[in-house]
Amino acid sequence: MPDPLIQVQSLTTQLGDPSHPLRVVDGLDLHIQAGETFALLGESGCGKSMTALSLMRLLPPSGRIAAGVVRLRDTDLLRLTEAEMRKIRGGRMGMIFQEPQTSLNPVLTVGDQIAEAVRIHEGRSRAQVAGRVVELLRAVGIPDPEQRAKEFPHQLSGGMKQRVMIAMALAGDPELLIADEPTTALDVTIQAQVLRLLKDLQRQTGMAVLLITHDLGVVAETADRLAVMYAGHIVETAPVADFFANPAHPYSRKLLESLPAAEKRSGRLAVIPGRVPRLDAVFHGCRFAERCASVMDVCRTRTPAWLEIANGHGARCFLWDSEVAGEVAKAAETPHGAVGTASLSSATTDAARSDERGAPLLSAQGLQVHFPIHHGVLRRVVGHVRAVDGVSIELREGRTLALVGESGCGKTTAGKGILQLIQPTGGSVRYRDQELIGLSNRRMRPFRKDLQIVFQDPFASMNPRMLVGDVIGEGLQALGIAKRRADRMRRVAELLDLVGMDPEAARRYPHEFSGGQRQRICIARALAVEPRIIVCDEPTSALDVSVQAQILNLLKDLQARLGLAYLFITHDLSVVAYLAHEVAVMYLGRVVERGQVDEILDDPRHPYTSALLSAVPVVEQDKRRNVIRLDGDMPSPSHPPSGCYFHPRCPQSFERCPHSYPEEARLSETRVVSCHLTAETR
Amino acid sequence: MLERLLARLGASLMVVWGVCTLVFLLIHLVPGDPVAVMLGEGARPADQLALRAALGLDRPLAVQYLDYLARLAHLDFGTSLHAQRPVAAVLAERVGPTLQLAIAALTLGIMVAVPMGVLAAQHRGGLIDRGAMGFSMLGAAIPNFWLGPILILVFSLWLGWTPVSGREGAASLILPAVTLGTGLAAILARMVRSSVLEVLGEDYMRTARAKGLSPAAVLWRHALRNAWLPVLTLIGIQFGALLGGAVVTETVFAWPGLGSLLIEAIQTRDYPVVQAAVLLISLSYLAVNTATDLLYVAVDPRVRLGQ
Repeated sequence: MPDPLIQVQSLTTQLGDPSHPLRVVDGLDLHIQAGETFALLGESGCGKSMTALSLMRLLPPSGRIAAGVVRLRDTDLLRLTEAEMRKIRGGRMGMIFQEPQTSLNPVLTVGDQIAEAVRIHEGRSRAQVAGRVVELLRAVGIPDPEQRAKEFPHQLSGGMKQRVMIAMALAGDPELLIADEPTTALDVTIQAQVLRLLKDLQRQTGMAVLLITHDLGVVAETADRLAVMYAGHIVETAPVADFFANPAHPYSRKLLESLPAAEKRSGRLAVIPGRVPRLDAVFHGCRFAERCASVMDVCRTRTPAWLEIANGHGARCFLWDSEVAGEVAKAAETPHGAVGTASLSSATTDAARSDERGAPLLSAQGLQVHFPIHHGVLRRVVGHVRAVDGVSIELREGRTLALVGESGCGKTTAGKGILQLIQPTGGSVRYRDQELIGLSNRRMRPFRKDLQIVFQDPFASMNPRMLVGDVIGEGLQALGIAKRRADRMRRVAELLDLVGMDPEAARRYPHEFSGGQRQRICIARALAVEPRIIVCDEPTSALDVSVQAQILNLLKDLQARLGLAYLFITHDLSVVAYLAHEVAVMYLGRVVERGQVDEILDDPRHPYTSALLSAVPVVEQDKRRNVIRLDGDMPSPSHPPSGCYFHPRCPQSFERCPHSYPEEARLSETRVVSCHLTAETR
Repeated sequence: MLERLLARLGASLMVVWGVCTLVFLLIHLVPGDPVAVMLGEGARPADQLALRAALGLDRPLAVQYLDYLARLAHLDFGTSLHAQRPVAAVLAERVGPTLQLAIAALTLGIMVAVPMGVLAAQHRGGLIDRGAMGFSMLGAAIPNFWLGPILILVFSLWLGWTPVSGREGAASLILPAVTLGTGLAAILARMVRSSVLEVLGEDYMRTARAKGLSPAAVLWRHALRNAWLPVLTLIGIQFGALLGGAVVTETVFAWPGLGSLLIEAIQTRDYPVVQAAVLLISLSYLAVNTATDLLYVAVDPRVRLGQ
């Protein structure tokens, strides 16, 4: 093996009070070869970002590197002076961050910000710098770079901003690019663009990439090798193909099993019990022991050593220690997650289909939510943001309809419009033969009980100064269901039990709970008034996969027990495949295609649905599709394109598309598509 | 952008009109007969009648109002009862000293506050920070009617470095400017510190460091460019207040500015002067605030170019 580009040995990084530090990175070893993509995978709080910041020596003020060696070729980075290190930063090592929205300085033009990096590391004349900026912007695929260089960050879309960040990192011709969750804040189609850009740039420049991510799909599609991090150190390292075929560490296996997917829809997702250990503790055994299904006595008393399993594949686990465990062979054979190639249609049983055509519980027809745009001194209305512009869907008892689309497509607004939390400006929403649009607040109140919502961010959607019991019980009080406090508290205890939490939680405050627990509390709050329909607005997108699995299991159980109808708003198609019965795909305020989940996911008919599906990174190699390239960004809903809203980005657009919006075409009893192509071929 | 500018100016004009109207009503809101109040007890009815006619108070309110607006348009504020000169002339000689004191105090305040606030933010929790915030608390808490006399006592009477009061030569400006500037520096330093602290925690600061920029470049180019935006607003408000004449400070130092003029006019019941001074103070406050808002629009691209 050639000498590695970067070699990290027993890196130890601590945060906070030195006498009682948080060991966020605790004895980490890794090496990255020139030109390769190395992924550091882990859930939030495992120390992966702190590792990246340690390599750059960019730790927050309370952080320090307590021990270890970081060698970039022959340079020992931890021994450099700060001034010498500044030449490395943005020079031999570049870094891009998770949030392109906040990572660029809002008061400087993007050209200025890139020029700054060029000047430091290349020291050219003014004219040369300007030329180089344009060259870099062009290299990252920004159209019209001369013009864009003069713009400010807020004038660019999220994907464009991330490209600018990449351009800035490229200014110093880095040997290593550290990408910390570079696409987490982006939509899948934009994510696909950025990941491909990184690959192309890597091919051209030969730089290595350290990709930090929690997304197994992204790792599978882009990385050469990976390391799995848990509680501050690496528990497994492997070439990517080996890892997905044969994950060695029990934690890695659980992570893969907890991923939602179509094949798992008949059962429950694997969950990891317990919580990540606190990093201020001193560990005496394996850090994963408390949560591990294969735990042995030795795991709690001795720290497992690093064991090489196969060429380049190693793990920190006693299961692989032939002296400790005689069952190594057995463990290796354990199939993970039953990743078969079972098709979707077989997963959805016919029995499940037979009861779906009953009368809908709620139906929305041509729902519109337009927001006026005011302008000028007199605040006159000069236009409308057509956030929701004609959405028709039906919700049935015991079934889940997934409303899918990228950010800004209007899916959340549609959910709120259906619940009358935002006043729709057109269309109809009927619930049990009652038109809801136009009802006064007072007349709407009896229906509020039946229609509930669970929000995306469990951290922001609870009043931090209210006890959990009051958070859950407030609806009971407001709707006059349980007027006496004692009755309410009894019901709250039942509800907490129902969502799998200790009834004692009622006497505590929201901040005392983890993200997953908080989302359970939010679900309990929604359930308190015995609703028939729950709008779930991205309820798991702020959670780690293993926690997401718990919430998805819970939602599924509750649906089976209580016959709830879910409107599940999400951008995550693997969640859709696992949970949904029907799917409606939204683009720019309109539903472009709806139907049964297997119809949509196995055989998409709308070009947008196809592109969306193709852009989702998947773990299984045999299931990968060629990414259908969508250029540009979603247009503004205040000025939708003429004709079919999708036509400017559609790879299959033809002469009719710019002229008229396609009528809905019914392809089967359950399936409707709005596309001129379908109309053409029928 | 142009429309936004016009909208802001339009709104300011509405406020100007409102201020003018309120000032007009001022004389009518005084309890009792303004003329009787002005002339004091024991005035002869003939004098009252003459004054009432001179002020035009014997005419209907609407006529008085229109006449008042018309005279304002010609910058005619009437005649000072006390000085027996046009009010405009009386005001004019007081504007200069007030402006001079305000600018001196503001410059002093900014020169002290900005480095102090930036240093405090950079060394958060350290000795410099605690020292700066201690000064800030003290400076904001000490009233000018105490600080002024103490400064006079120390620097004029004991050390004899500066004149005690009045406005003669540059040296006489020092003590009033320090008195006013201390409170100003205290408030500004606190604002600069919190604003810089907030910006230092932003993601783009990490980006700037990741580029390999020196700490000085990170601070001046990236941090202060953002941090001074909220500070700018505060400076505008404070400057507006200073233009109104620092009544207490001007009185303590016998500084011949608008503030002391206002006090004198109130004491001598010189209503035309009071009216005009209040009007001028309000309008300059308004002008500075409008200018600040427009400046903010000019320097923040997010506001300038729309979100």
